[in-house]
Amino acid sequence: MNALTERISLVGATGTEGHYNVYRIREDFPTLQGKIRGKPLVYLDNGATSQKPRCVIDRILQYYTSENSNVHRGVHFLSELATSEFEWTRSKVQKFINAGEDREIVFVRGTTEAINLVAATYGRQHLHAGDEILISAMEHHSNIVPWQMLCSEKNARLRVIPINDRGELNLEEVPGLLNERTRLVAITHVSNALGTINPIREIVKLAHQFRVPVLVDGAQAVPHGLVDVRELDCDFYAFSSHKVYGPTGIGVLYGKASLLESMPPYQGGGDMISAVSFEETTYNKIPFKFEAGTPHISGVIGLGAAIDYLTAMKMDRIAAHERDVLEYATRALSGIPEVRLIGTASQKASVISFLIDGVHPHDVGTILDQEGIAVRSGHHCAQPVMDRFGIPATVRASFGLYNTREEVDALVAAVQKVSEVFH
Amino acid sequence: MSDLRDLYQEVILDHAKHPRNCHRQETPSCHAQGFNPLCGDKVRIYLQLDGDIIKDISFDGTGCAISTVSASMMTESLKGGSLADAQSLFEKFHYLVTSPMEAIAQFPELGKLEVFAGVREFPVRVKCATLAWHTMKAALENKEITSTE
Repeated sequence: MNALTERISLVGATGTEGHYNVYRIREDFPTLQGKIRGKPLVYLDNGATSQKPRCVIDRILQYYTSENSNVHRGVHFLSELATSEFEWTRSKVQKFINAGEDREIVFVRGTTEAINLVAATYGRQHLHAGDEILISAMEHHSNIVPWQMLCSEKNARLRVIPINDRGELNLEEVPGLLNERTRLVAITHVSNALGTINPIREIVKLAHQFRVPVLVDGAQAVPHGLVDVRELDCDFYAFSSHKVYGPTGIGVLYGKASLLESMPPYQGGGDMISAVSFEETTYNKIPFKFEAGTPHISGVIGLGAAIDYLTAMKMDRIAAHERDVLEYATRALSGIPEVRLIGTASQKASVISFLIDGVHPHDVGTILDQEGIAVRSGHHCAQPVMDRFGIPATVRASFGLYNTREEVDALVAAVQKVSEVFH
Repeated sequence: MSDLRDLYQEVILDHAKHPRNCHRQETPSCHAQGFNPLCGDKVRIYLQLDGDIIKDISFDGTGCAISTVSASMMTESLKGGSLADAQSLFEKFHYLVTSPMEAIAQFPELGKLEVFAGVREFPVRVKCATLAWHTMKAALENKEITSTE
């Protein structure tokens, strides 16, 4: 038993209050009670999306059943109720990621839209021919393509921080890649394909020496309790609700108030204006300036319910549980001779990418599926990462707050089975 | 279900490890290259024709087991047959892997290829199973490059 699990069981021994009872927690998730191809579902694709607890599903149902109305508009009871629930969630998000003010929280469709928003506003405003944007070699396509599009439009240059064979950033190369032409650093907090946790605080310090703002793609980090935007001192932070046990179609862009205020609007429409005439339009204050049109109200309220759920469970305990499952899985998979782990950084979130000698990851995925085990197989929307390791794809098991050591055992047994079939 | 298990446990052991007709041809009558962006599969099909008879057919490339085995078994099925046979088998194979369950065993001429019926349960893998066939068809139609997308 390692120090972490020891601590968890000691806490557990002091009373039910502090005990992380994963088996009890699993009962909160209806999907996990189901069977797939006659076998209990072993859901290890949390990096793609997480399952939803009953409280989130019920909250959305309740909104549509008895609270449905538009926000920021009517003076009637329901509209005020919807508005207050909607804005209350903004405060929940602010506290959840420790932003300074709730007006620094912009609701968007997801991480991808958050990044595109910054590219279309801040990026378009500040990037000129010959300027540079710095990203890393482990980015998801959604933190590459928006910058490529912008660079191509502005005749600017995209530069890339390389990674080593363990899947860690070559941090020592960052100062050499920053210069007076750099306009933005856009970097992932946690690699979706490798699990690497990047040293964001250090990167922010380096970038700020050049007065360069930093956007952090937090899609894979927020579910693991890693986020305190004021501690990181990043300028933008993006994440998706559906990876933190909330509904799909909603996400968050955090931006420092001073930056958001200096940026042009993203889309034109209702809610983002203060006054409109045919001669001119006065834009609304932040965050509304960036939220044109009727928002995804039920999504926001559902995200609020997910944050309540996670807050009650305490993120540091979730993180400790996930670390235990990750360490257990890493040990077990490393023990299979035919398995090769891709991404062995010293700091990792609960993501394991691997290959089985001589077996294509899609064949592994299909055979695991027959055992009721859901993993991701493919390039994980991170083809440059695959190219870096000279592989077409990997199998990825990504663990969430409800995964157990027994599920890891099921994965390991199935991987051994695959190996036997092919060797 | 059992069909797919057969595919992986028996046929693959044979064809995936020892693919048939897996070699490049220097002077084929026609050839084509196929891609499956999902798996990163790449397959090239080479045909040597004698009138309307497929005198020789081979493939090379890289890919998942389903696409490799499909290519291997396709070459075995088509070698020595006519172009009309190839067209007919293409249609039947395509139907086999995309149609509803009750359609099994309608086409005895598919023979061993029937093992691919199980792929229907895994719709994202259907493209793996049909890549070689689409590429073969493209070669006969003199298209250089084809894709499952």
